Amino acid sequence: MKNLFRFILKYHYIILFLVIEFLSFVILYQHNDFHKASFLNFKYAVSGNMFRSFTGIKDYIALIEHNKQLARENNRLYNTIDRLRSVSSEKETEVIDTFLNQHYFYIPARVINNSINKQRNFITLNKGSNHGIAPEMAVINNEGLVGVVKEVSPNYASVISVLNHDYAVSAKIKKNGYFGPVTWDGKSHEKVFLSEIPHHVNIDEGDTIITSGYSEMYPEGILIGTALDYGLKGGNFLEIEVVLSTDFKKLNYVQVVRNTRKKELNQLENETFND
Amino acid sequence: MIKVLPRNILRFIILVLVQVMVFNNIQFSGYINPYIYILFILLLPFETPGAITLILAFLLGFSVDVFTETYGMHAIACVFMAFTRPYVLQMIAPRDGYEAGTFPRVSYYGFTWFMKYSAILIFAHHLVLFYVEVYRFSNFFSTFLRVILSAVFSLFFIIISQYFVFRK
Repeated sequence: MKNLFRFILKYHYIILFLVIEFLSFVILYQHNDFHKASFLNFKYAVSGNMFRSFTGIKDYIALIEHNKQLARENNRLYNTIDRLRSVSSEKETEVIDTFLNQHYFYIPARVINNSINKQRNFITLNKGSNHGIAPEMAVINNEGLVGVVKEVSPNYASVISVLNHDYAVSAKIKKNGYFGPVTWDGKSHEKVFLSEIPHHVNIDEGDTIITSGYSEMYPEGILIGTALDYGLKGGNFLEIEVVLSTDFKKLNYVQVVRNTRKKELNQLENETFND
Repeated sequence: MIKVLPRNILRFIILVLVQVMVFNNIQFSGYINPYIYILFILLLPFETPGAITLILAFLLGFSVDVFTETYGMHAIACVFMAFTRPYVLQMIAPRDGYEAGTFPRVSYYGFTWFMKYSAILIFAHHLVLFYVEVYRFSNFFSTFLRVILSAVFSLFFIIISQYFVFRK
């Protein structure tokens, strides 16, 4: 105690200076908002940095435990995925919404086999009748028309590509509505031909060609391609060279289109024709 | 000694008032603001105990703060300046020390000595004051320029006052 007093007495000048300056700073922070804010900022910056460092160290130490946890979690998820996958491939239910009256129902599928260099090209999909796919359903992707389903097995479907001699689809010119069949000449995988267009129809390069919707397979307005060139063929009709919008060289994911009113339509048309 | 006390109290009041009323309204180009009230600390007798100087400096600075509503800033600067005063006095002491009964004035120790003495202390005061005021070290040199220019003007007015007001 005596030593303390002696110490204070000896350094009373510096101690007093520090005390008064401290007091002054307290006054400064209490009465000046800017200084107060700066001080608080500084305080938070320091404490924030400290907390961050501590957390970093703690996280690093706990890394082994975290890794183990993640591995366990991964393992569990793998098992779950596998279980779900087997369930879903066996039975995939579709919901036909009669309330909203959905006309076309889209089934996603993957292309597992494809060719473009034959005269009759087919595409194989990884989904079949188990997933609701049936013959004569249209196949499209985000770029445009791909083809139509020919045969189905429980888990696979065979699709007639647009690039097939036997294939024809009813198409129309978007700007004026003139329609005709689109066929492939077996040469380039980028071009098809739209024929039976009357010769007086005005066609420009770049006109959009879409599906007409006159057959029950295809929804109206699916993109086929754009007009490139045209010429007279067989008297009064024009044949238009169409550049396909779908790139058949890199097909991957496609949508199979199911017409939910097909039965009704067929029934009506059959009755009409039989009469 | 008896005469020293009332004279210093009077000087305290007058300097604070002059500072607040007159010199705080002089602002050359927004940069320079001379602070002459610290003359009070400069003119305190040599024998004043350090603790008393510190307390007086705090009171002086705080008085100016009250008028300018910058609570704390002038107090911090004045206390810092008062703290350095004994060391400065020691540093620039004449060869045979300070004689008893003399005061730190031009009339006792000459122009050069007083100039050195006040320049160092004014600089110390202004340095602390301006940096506490802006309270950041970005724009370091623009603040430093203000310190130098204001210190020059303060020094100018303080030395002038030695010849016209505080004559022997």
